Amino acid sequence: MKIAYFTERPYRWVDEEAVLKNKAFFAVSNENFDREKASADYNHYLDEAVYAEELGFDAVCLNEHHGNPFCMGSVMNVEAAILARITKKVNIVLIGNPLPVIKHPLRMAEELAEIDLISKGRLVTGWVRGAGSEQFFNNANPAYNREMFNEAHDFIIQAWTRPGPWRYEGKHFHYRHVNPWALPYQKPYPQMWIPGTLSPETVEWCADHAYPYIGLGTSLGPTCDLWDFYADEAQKHGYQAGSENFGYLIPTFLADSEAKAQELGSNFVYGGGQGAFSRPEHTLPSGYNSKDAIRNLSKQPGGSWLGITRDKLGAAGGAATEAVDYDEVRKKLRAGLDKAQRNMQILIGTPDTVIPKVKKIIEVIRPGVFSFFAVQGQVNNEDRMRSLQLLGENVVPAIREHAKSLGLVDPITQNPGLNKLTNGTARDPVVDRAALQAILDA
Amino acid sequence: MAQISESVVDVADAQLTLIRAGSGKPLLILHDELGYTGWMRWNEALSKNHELVIPLQPGFGASPRQDWIMSYRDLGGFYQRVIRELNLGKVNVIGFSAGAYIAAEMAAANPDIFNKMVLVAPLGLKPLQGEIMDMFAFTIKTHLIHTVWNTEAPEFAEIYGGGMSPEQFELFEDARSESTRLGWEPYMYNPSLGHLLKGIGQLPTQLVWGVKDDFSPRGCIDAYKQAIPGAQIAEIAEAGHRPEIENADAFIAAVKGFLDT
Repeated sequence: MKIAYFTERPYRWVDEEAVLKNKAFFAVSNENFDREKASADYNHYLDEAVYAEELGFDAVCLNEHHGNPFCMGSVMNVEAAILARITKKVNIVLIGNPLPVIKHPLRMAEELAEIDLISKGRLVTGWVRGAGSEQFFNNANPAYNREMFNEAHDFIIQAWTRPGPWRYEGKHFHYRHVNPWALPYQKPYPQMWIPGTLSPETVEWCADHAYPYIGLGTSLGPTCDLWDFYADEAQKHGYQAGSENFGYLIPTFLADSEAKAQELGSNFVYGGGQGAFSRPEHTLPSGYNSKDAIRNLSKQPGGSWLGITRDKLGAAGGAATEAVDYDEVRKKLRAGLDKAQRNMQILIGTPDTVIPKVKKIIEVIRPGVFSFFAVQGQVNNEDRMRSLQLLGENVVPAIREHAKSLGLVDPITQNPGLNKLTNGTARDPVVDRAALQAILDA
Repeated sequence: MAQISESVVDVADAQLTLIRAGSGKPLLILHDELGYTGWMRWNEALSKNHELVIPLQPGFGASPRQDWIMSYRDLGGFYQRVIRELNLGKVNVIGFSAGAYIAAEMAAANPDIFNKMVLVAPLGLKPLQGEIMDMFAFTIKTHLIHTVWNTEAPEFAEIYGGGMSPEQFELFEDARSESTRLGWEPYMYNPSLGHLLKGIGQLPTQLVWGVKDDFSPRGCIDAYKQAIPGAQIAEIAEAGHRPEIENADAFIAAVKGFLDT
């Protein structure tokens, strides 16, 4: 198993009530931006990555969002390039570059190749469609999101593998001279891991390409369902999916005492937490979803997409126009956090309480990659580093050992898609439903 | 009430759902970015002297999306083919909002296809002042609210009132998705359209604007007036972006006065 460290690199100094009033992090005015604090934060987060390597993590993960204090990784490749130079061993995992938002796959191919070269082949490059809000920020047409994603992906692989110069006339991208003089260090090109929040279309696409799928803190039951779906699709393509096809990322915060961990861990819902990433009108712009997804959203009263229900999408939206009872909002957020902890979607505690939970999770979903997602909100550097230290020194070794006993193999050790299945052969299970049931019963 | 027929027509390499009703010379109706609303009072009034021909825009649910149509200019070209292949001859046209954008593109490409052109709350040109409201930054509910100033108009309640059924939600999302595809950037205008409109000659043109419209601001009308100096402007009182339902009487009087004289 590859064990990774991830942080959204939050801008920690935005007034929480400004976020709650806006009902989201996206679209809070940058008049709240403080260059000195941001400068210190960027440098601190790079230090965290270096410290994670020292502590024995196998990988550090980066992501990218735009116009959002929730995540300061506006140009993730810049951070990745620095890490390529200042780290020595860890894989640099990008989860991932939002291809339809960047709208320049040739430039992307060059940037990533440079990072892979500087790091001497430690890059893992993932792709995402980009959150709905990124479509607004970058003026990327949401109705072409999936088309542009697919075309950019296919183009980058060509740019890395087909000797140039050659000409490209696609639907959305056009290049008269493709001949990048920076090609990846890894041959034929770096691995691609694809993060997601359980969109069946993305899972199917991953299975089609035998790309590892990284579940982003998704609840265990639906995660099992989608991984079975992945394995069924893989079977159609003639291979047996295994732990090397799956990864999982979970918010985790550790402290020396349970009370302190809970106090600081409550920052996972600072400003509303992940559920307040962006408002419904920004999360699901028209055209962003497939026709099938919209139909599902419209017909299932309880159905949702990225936490957005049809009712929410049908409501007026916008920032709060009336006075907000912040204490009441915080009470609800705290209740949500408690529930997420009971469901094991957020882990907060000491090594002694967190290790058994991680063990249970990996027993159920059997991932080959496991990433810890550091706390959000206003937690100071010292407490963040202590959490990282407790993870590295206590949790990582225990989980590594447990993964080994479960036979969980990572995608770098075993290339996904090579375990062939002959026609008519039943596939092996990829999740442990009995272990899931035991958790649900408990 | 006029006899209304709805059929799927195989035209211009597409399956186009077409509504026809009324008698007289053909009057092409190009609906707005939210789709055809159903037969309204203004339809009935105009159908007395005209045969209303109402294509339901490809990608809006009833007619399949045409992948190659990637802009309002493409869509205008498609509808020109439709007019030719249906042998409609020279037609009058009324376009609403984005439908007016389509009509303007058609006129800019070939003004001879139209007798008279009515552009209601038209998009398509960068407003001389103000901005076209960004409907894509709204949920559907907010979008709907911004389309009208007079929410008490009976026909508004008829078409948009009450709860939204799953089918209606899906149709709205279809319409908004297709409008996103065609009009996301530049947002609902074409920088070259104004230049081409200057060459449409003497095509009689009426610009209809609800004086409370905060969706297509007055600057849109001014931009059209600048491109088509001979255009008449009909201001509709007590109405926003949907004068045909918010103040139907005034709308009908203005448009009939223009088309039937």
